[in-house]
Amino acid sequence: MRLEYFEMIDRVTAFDREGRSISVRSVVPKQSPVFEGHFPGHPLVPGVLLTETMAQASGYLLLGLMDFTHMPFLMAVDKARFRDFVGPDAALDISAVLEHEGSGYAATKARISVDGKRICDAQLRFRTMPFPEGLDDQMRAQARRIGLMEAMDA
Amino acid sequence: MSSTFDTVADIIADTADIPREEITPESHAIDDLGIDSLAFLDIAFAVDKAFGIKLPLEQWTQEVNEGKAPAEEYFVMKNLVARIDELVAAKAG
Repeated sequence: MRLEYFEMIDRVTAFDREGRSISVRSVVPKQSPVFEGHFPGHPLVPGVLLTETMAQASGYLLLGLMDFTHMPFLMAVDKARFRDFVGPDAALDISAVLEHEGSGYAATKARISVDGKRICDAQLRFRTMPFPEGLDDQMRAQARRIGLMEAMDA
Repeated sequence: MSSTFDTVADIIADTADIPREEITPESHAIDDLGIDSLAFLDIAFAVDKAFGIKLPLEQWTQEVNEGKAPAEEYFVMKNLVARIDELVAAKAG
């Protein structure tokens, strides 16, 4: 993870088209400017970044399920719960499942666990739109980098 | 009006924070109730869940934008309710 660059996903570990789900793993960096303020001497990953992590896992799930025809943009966060703290070096297991594919939008449920213990969960919704020009290539490159293409072919 | 209307009006009132009594069968969701496209996606999600259907919003929007159908066809409450009843019937049939 590179928190300050909003690169929240390290590696896709599983992509299940039939089960409409994805599993992802990310490790919180030991150091980050984020921790300088949140909080001084007591580094914790902010809840908004945990939400972003669940959103990105969901986003890659949707990209894979839609075969990169549309780009998902986060539009709603419901029932977000943060149940425990996450600090530097924590290995996050992130999962997301598609709950409903609507017309022009999609809904997912996502959660993050550490060592089997649930850290947070939320219901997320995304507007799905045609790619802004040039972004599809960027997203494909990013998806390759984190192993989504490999997981989709597995 | 039908129970479909009541369900949809309740959803809109709750989702878009519009007083329930302002929503009538003649209300235009966009022009009268001021529902924007993002709020309409929220409503579509709740309607999809409540009725077990998939509102074809993209198709409707395209038809309106291309002049193939007037916006009233889909976005006046009584017509929206009729479209939902059709989708529910098609699913059951």
